[in-house]
Amino acid sequence: MATTKKYWKSTAQLDESNEIVKNLEQNEFATPIPTEEFLGNNEVMEESSTTRRDFLKYVGFSTAAASLAACEGPVIHSVPYVNQPEQIIPGMANYYATTIADGYDFASILVKTREGRPIKIESNKDAQYRGHANARVHASVLSLYDNNRLKTPLVKGVESTWETLDKEVSQKLNDLNGKTLAVLTQTFASPSTLAIIDMLKAKYPNVRHVTYDTVGEDGALNAFEAKYGVRGLADYDFTDAETIVSIGADFVGNWQGGGFDKGYSASRIPTSKSMSHHVQFESNMTLSGANADLRYPVTPTEQKHILAALYSKLVGGAANVSLSDKVSKVVEQTAQKLSKAGSKAVVLCGLPDQAAQQLVLAINEKLNSSIVDTAAPIMTRQGNRLAVDQLVKEMHAGAVGALFVAGVDPIYSYDDSDAFAKAMENVSLTVSFASREDATAQKCDYVATTPHYLESWGDTEIKKGLVSLAQPTIRPIFDTRQMQDTLLIWSGSDQSYKDFLKESSVNSGASWSQALQDGFFTSNTGLKSDENTAEFVASVSNNSALSQLVSSKKPSGFELTLYTKTGLGDGAQANNPWLQELPDPITRTTWDNYVTISQKDAEQLGVENENVANGGLNGNYVVVKMNGVERKLPALIQPGQAQGTIGIALGYGKTASIQSEMQTGVNAYPFFKGGSSVQTVSVENAGGEHEFACTQLQNTMMGRDIIRETDLATYINGDKHDFNPMPEVSLNHIETPVTSPDVDLWTSFDRSTGHHFNMSIDLNACTGCAACVIACHAENNVPVVGKDEVRKSRDMHWLRIDRYYSSTDSFEADEEKKDGFEGLFGDNGSLGGFGELENPADNPQVAFQPVMCQHCNHAPCETVCPVAASSHGRQGQNHMAYNRCVGTRYCANNCPYKVRRFNWFLYNGNDEFDYHMNNDLGRMVINPDVTVRSRGVMEKCSMCMQMTQMTILEAKKDGRMIKDGEFATACSNACSEGAIKFGDINDKDAEITKLKNSDRMYHLLEEVGTEPNVIYQVKVRNA
Amino acid sequence: MIKRKLHFSAWQIILASVFVTFSTLSVYGQDAATSDGEPAAPVEAAGSGNAAAGEALFKANCASCHKLYKKAVGPALHEVSQKYDREWLYKWISNSAALIASGDAQAIAVYNEYNQTAMNAFPQLSNVDIDNILAYTDTPKPAPAAAVAGATGDVQSGGASDNTLNSIVLAALALILVLLVALLFVVNSTLKRFADANGIQTDFEDEKEVRRPLWKAFAENQFLVLVSAVFLLLASAYFAYGALMSVGVDQGYAPVQPIHYSHRIHAGANEIECKYCHSSARESKHSGIPSLNVCMNCHKSIGEVADATYQEGMTEYGIDYNKEIEKLYAATGWDSDEQAFTGETQPVRWVRIHNLPDLAYFNHAQHVTAGNIACQQCHGPVEEMEVMYQYSPLTMGWCINCHRETNVDLANNGYYEKIHEELSKQRGGKQLTIADLGGLECGKCHY
Repeated sequence: MATTKKYWKSTAQLDESNEIVKNLEQNEFATPIPTEEFLGNNEVMEESSTTRRDFLKYVGFSTAAASLAACEGPVIHSVPYVNQPEQIIPGMANYYATTIADGYDFASILVKTREGRPIKIESNKDAQYRGHANARVHASVLSLYDNNRLKTPLVKGVESTWETLDKEVSQKLNDLNGKTLAVLTQTFASPSTLAIIDMLKAKYPNVRHVTYDTVGEDGALNAFEAKYGVRGLADYDFTDAETIVSIGADFVGNWQGGGFDKGYSASRIPTSKSMSHHVQFESNMTLSGANADLRYPVTPTEQKHILAALYSKLVGGAANVSLSDKVSKVVEQTAQKLSKAGSKAVVLCGLPDQAAQQLVLAINEKLNSSIVDTAAPIMTRQGNRLAVDQLVKEMHAGAVGALFVAGVDPIYSYDDSDAFAKAMENVSLTVSFASREDATAQKCDYVATTPHYLESWGDTEIKKGLVSLAQPTIRPIFDTRQMQDTLLIWSGSDQSYKDFLKESSVNSGASWSQALQDGFFTSNTGLKSDENTAEFVASVSNNSALSQLVSSKKPSGFELTLYTKTGLGDGAQANNPWLQELPDPITRTTWDNYVTISQKDAEQLGVENENVANGGLNGNYVVVKMNGVERKLPALIQPGQAQGTIGIALGYGKTASIQSEMQTGVNAYPFFKGGSSVQTVSVENAGGEHEFACTQLQNTMMGRDIIRETDLATYINGDKHDFNPMPEVSLNHIETPVTSPDVDLWTSFDRSTGHHFNMSIDLNACTGCAACVIACHAENNVPVVGKDEVRKSRDMHWLRIDRYYSSTDSFEADEEKKDGFEGLFGDNGSLGGFGELENPADNPQVAFQPVMCQHCNHAPCETVCPVAASSHGRQGQNHMAYNRCVGTRYCANNCPYKVRRFNWFLYNGNDEFDYHMNNDLGRMVINPDVTVRSRGVMEKCSMCMQMTQMTILEAKKDGRMIKDGEFATACSNACSEGAIKFGDINDKDAEITKLKNSDRMYHLLEEVGTEPNVIYQVKVRNA
Repeated sequence: MIKRKLHFSAWQIILASVFVTFSTLSVYGQDAATSDGEPAAPVEAAGSGNAAAGEALFKANCASCHKLYKKAVGPALHEVSQKYDREWLYKWISNSAALIASGDAQAIAVYNEYNQTAMNAFPQLSNVDIDNILAYTDTPKPAPAAAVAGATGDVQSGGASDNTLNSIVLAALALILVLLVALLFVVNSTLKRFADANGIQTDFEDEKEVRRPLWKAFAENQFLVLVSAVFLLLASAYFAYGALMSVGVDQGYAPVQPIHYSHRIHAGANEIECKYCHSSARESKHSGIPSLNVCMNCHKSIGEVADATYQEGMTEYGIDYNKEIEKLYAATGWDSDEQAFTGETQPVRWVRIHNLPDLAYFNHAQHVTAGNIACQQCHGPVEEMEVMYQYSPLTMGWCINCHRETNVDLANNGYYEKIHEELSKQRGGKQLTIADLGGLECGKCHY
């Protein structure tokens, strides 16, 4: 019987003439296995005398030999100093105060050095001004150990010596014959450097200093200079702000050099039961828009109209602009709020337009805003695009005999770089002061190689009257010389720049040793702008400025807003893998720039984004055209992007002396015409598939309370239960809070003695700036895995900042929608409903949430580890013993927070991952107190165990108790916003204990009962 | 059968006794003579002073800058009294600066010759004292060390008597063993004679054909085979386990270092505190191999070891200590003739002895400063080590054991104030070990 039974394998078998079925009956595989190809040349195989037995013998012998050889331990050498410097104790960190001033980022910082090498950047919390580092500044320590830096001076592209360079350049400088010597530099804002350029002017007859900001602020600078006579930018301190209205200004991000986030966050924490109100009008989705209480996506032209309307309402003058009903109502309300807040109100503008900037200054003056400081302006942007254009013209005409370029790369960043390159050919002497052979340096006759800022002296007047000092934290690694030293030599001085700087600082009222230790001093000499550019600044009346704004018309094409990313900024650190792999806070995309486009425009152009089978995001390309400039970029659909606008990030597409892995994205500077960030372009769908590497593909919370949010009114008037309810479970049909011991499977440790660490993250203060992410990389030796691996969700970041969009107008509405689901199908069905909830709204609410290991007291990862590699400490930290881990990854699967990271590969010393950990120079950045993990082990946030242990040890050594504020982690130190706080909750008076007991405190996924030691503070919106 | 057994034992004993005798001989061979490096016993010499008193004064006042036979900071002082007028020397020693100021030509010449390094004034030395010192410096130079070696035998007497005692005991033991062997022969032959007398067969030659060999009998007994196989397997597993567990454990590792540095002399004989050189052990995770400038704190003026030490080094360890100091000078660029650094340095590549794997975090300061643990607890009797070696296994089990057994002194460190107060209430004065305070948690050492 059984033999007659026929088992059908597929319906195809019904068709007897089917070739494949017939074929498969005979063969296991439909297509022949390419054994021939696999085994190689048959003839060779036959000729070979190595039999299978021999082969096995060889394998056996080599295995045995290798294992025998492995028994012999390596001889490790240790080479102490011959003369140990007094302040260095091997194994102990030294900190030096210095200043970064790379032309884009300016900050007063502390540098942690170990055995004489800088390994980490910390905020200089004592600094009077700009004492906090952003993500790029934190990452700049890795740029010091960049293998692509120049190692000697170059003469005609060939490595040379300083003697040759000095001799040849001096000779050529003497043969200028009255032609101009043009010094094209970044904004130094350095009193001593300006004095040295003056010395150069004294020595040579026709010296002209032109300042060029790669990403300039000409509109704002011109307006400020016209009104206040100083080429600088107004300073803002938002700490006491009540109403903040921003029109296109990403002041939480990189606007005008950034650095305003600290005060902004202070105003956002609802401590005394009030907080600032923030309205944002913008075209791209920016960090500021994401943090705003109310955000309106509008095109740059509409922004001008809105500003005009606001001006006419607050200051006066007729603004006959056509705004949509909704927007004009919003403008009306905003104007009311501004006048109500009075001096606690401020208006900001990011439009690259002198007229707009002028009106904003007038509005703030009218409001008598105490938030704005025009008396002591910020000096970190002083460039003048018109002066640069003029210089290029003169170079073309052959009037310039020599060109010095310092701190800028115009061949890369000047919009018409061909013209610049051509103009350079007419200059007989070109000298680049660059630390790498960038595009401009490649075209220069001489490269007077400069050291990294961590190897340099310097001073920077970041804000008028406040000078920050820079000092070397390591001996120059290569044969480099500071520009200032070089210029001193060329102007015939025999003073070193260090002595010159000391003299100049002491003359400005500094106590040298004290100033060097602090990193800053208050200057008593008057402010001096980099260069007098008044000839290029036109002054117009407010009324004509107003009519200029009113008359602006919506262009026919797309309005492009160029922006800089949190990671790469202006592109100066493009060769830094930490920054390349840093996810953009908004799009969560790494290793790329792209066109951000609204959903509606994308639909019209037929541009699509889709998640493919391996989880990666793919997108079509678009071609962006503007007056002969044509670039093909991938398009990323960005919720919140104003319709009719697109955004492209600057700073990408660098190729000169950049490692091939880091040559990412497309250079958008050709669109940056005249240094203006707003342009009119046309966009066409170019099809194709671009593979993005995003670290987050789930865009919405689907109505869950991963981020708890409430509005200010509920927070003030409501009970804790209204805005921060404790999840409950049913125990014998009685609702019981999840924290009750009755519903707990676990017995708790006694943690009442000693330390018990907790970390609080205030979702109101977190702006998503990502400084903590880079600080975590630097502290914990987090490897870089590259674009392909990130795309496979194998990024190694211990700390991520999740970004969520609302699916409807607000997160609250999402939750209501979810709660309203009835049944599976129908209008209110959950099947379709949840599908809808996956898609972000056109103008969504945005919220950020930093997530690291939550250090659960009842950790699910610990119980599933078969080898007890993950265990719990009494101080509240969840320990991860790498050397015990066998890589089962059960823990990662059982972690509800998805914070564990698996080392799929060996990321150090592996040519497949050719980033900083694959060369001796790059490895210098590794923190010697933290293990470098190997392939096959799990890793995760340790709550900076090495730092807490060090704090305890220091106290034990001194025989004293630990004060509140001493305990810190890399992220809490880096968080200038004050969102991340860390401390010991067994200290009853500690700040963390107050935060733990706060009404806003909640645990992430509290309902799963993991009892984390990381706590979050409910986000409050003042809508 | 009895006979064979007896023969077997006798052979063993003979071998053993021969071995013992030889090893005793080698102990005798280790007897070595060393010598004292000081000038020959102070003798009343030329001049009127007391050389013995002078020696004490010299060592107290002069030795930091002057040597007898070699230039140091100042000139060599041997027979200095013959170079200069005695009255002039009185003045020079009591206040050289005044003499120079007075314009004395000879004084100025000396001053200039030694790079204008001012000599301290010694107003406290009377002329009699100076006479005594000069008497000491005039003592004739002792003959080379080898010649005096015999004369200094009394110095070694303590050690020698120990050696003799050992030798006597060993010789006696050897004698007893030889006697025992002889006795056994006698007993054996006596018994054989008795057996023959009683007609018992003692020659088993003919039986050999009939008897199965022992191995065959063994092979046929399955139970025995099984038991011994199990035993063998267990034994080999035991040894294999031991061997494998010792992979990477370098207890006793004593590599040859580029400069032969004797902890025995520095920490033992000279009683230099460990943390004088390894100062970072107090502050940092690393105990630190001292930088060479620390060596030069003392070795600027110690260019040669004492003769006795030198001899000991040559005979006991085969090391020329003076050459090792020369290596230090070469590394630091110290020119001992000029008494100045040349600036040409050559860092020393020491071989690291204690190598913890990177995955383990160890902090010296935690143990030395906070825990108040003596260095010797982990590093062993360093003051006796001529060649430094790894004393402890440095395995995790070894760390953990100590953490389990060591009590924490909560009372005498301000850090524990609050913890101590709370715990003394909870535990009623019971002592706490490091383990009780979380010293066994993985993350405390692995991060």
